[in-house]
Amino acid sequence: MKFAVIVFPGSNCDVDCYYAVKDGLGEEVEYVWHQEKNLSKYDVIMLPGGFSYGDYLRAGAIARFSPVMEAVREEAEKGKFIIGICNGFQILTEAGLLPGALRKNEGLKFICNTVSIIVENDKTPFTTRLKKGQEILLPIAHGEGNYYVDDKTLKELKENNQIVFRYKENINGSVERIAGVINKKGNVLGMMPHPERAYAPLLGNTDGLYILGSIVDNFVKGGV
Amino acid sequence: MLIAKVYITLKKGILDPQGKAVKGALYSLGYEEVKEVRVGKYIELTFEDGDLSLLKDKVDEMCKKILTNPIIEDYTFEIVEG
Repeated sequence: MKFAVIVFPGSNCDVDCYYAVKDGLGEEVEYVWHQEKNLSKYDVIMLPGGFSYGDYLRAGAIARFSPVMEAVREEAEKGKFIIGICNGFQILTEAGLLPGALRKNEGLKFICNTVSIIVENDKTPFTTRLKKGQEILLPIAHGEGNYYVDDKTLKELKENNQIVFRYKENINGSVERIAGVINKKGNVLGMMPHPERAYAPLLGNTDGLYILGSIVDNFVKGGV
Repeated sequence: MLIAKVYITLKKGILDPQGKAVKGALYSLGYEEVKEVRVGKYIELTFEDGDLSLLKDKVDEMCKKILTNPIIEDYTFEIVEG
């Protein structure tokens, strides 16, 4: 299976994603510049972290109008797996592919740390190597990770089991400590923590492989 | 020339940690009469002279599409002669 790592001007976790797939999973992976208009040859699309367009205006607000995002939308509709990490999550919410928005952290600080994440939904294609309630450790590095949804949307997220990860502790002010959500269809995941920074013993943590490995386990050619 | 002045604020009820921090700073300087501080954004867009009502619709469209995130932000704008 072939992964695409989308590179926006200002992406800085693209290399981490690339090596997590290549060395952590042993799968094929290519960088794809944000001007690309066709992603049909890829099976999984990763939107990496970073500061696309300098985070100007709002994090992800400008990147979401990159030509590649139309192609991401098309592949999402086909049911292919799409994972947005950190800035990638912000881009997916700005694009309307995931509900909610990411605000400045409650404490105004950029937080760079390894934190405990609780698995809320183990039935998604991204979490089948995990168990509901399981605690994993993942690095976070964000200034705008404070997830917001209104009450009505929060209710819908709960009804449809769309909350996938929560922080164990309230670290950034996110509504109900939400760290990651999935779309209704179940093929587009957005999360602030970085599984791609935790794929090898050399990095001191392999918990990210639970998530990235689940994608490989659940791969269906052409989308779900 | 016409100038659109766009003012963006966080929606009412959405916590504004920047505003909170600025309020704290104002308090520490003795300005305790300040009840609330909301920090927003100001964007200025310049246009050639033209049909004002068409321009209003255009600017409104820009605000909805990219300049603001309607989930968390409100906006107002005015268009003035530059």
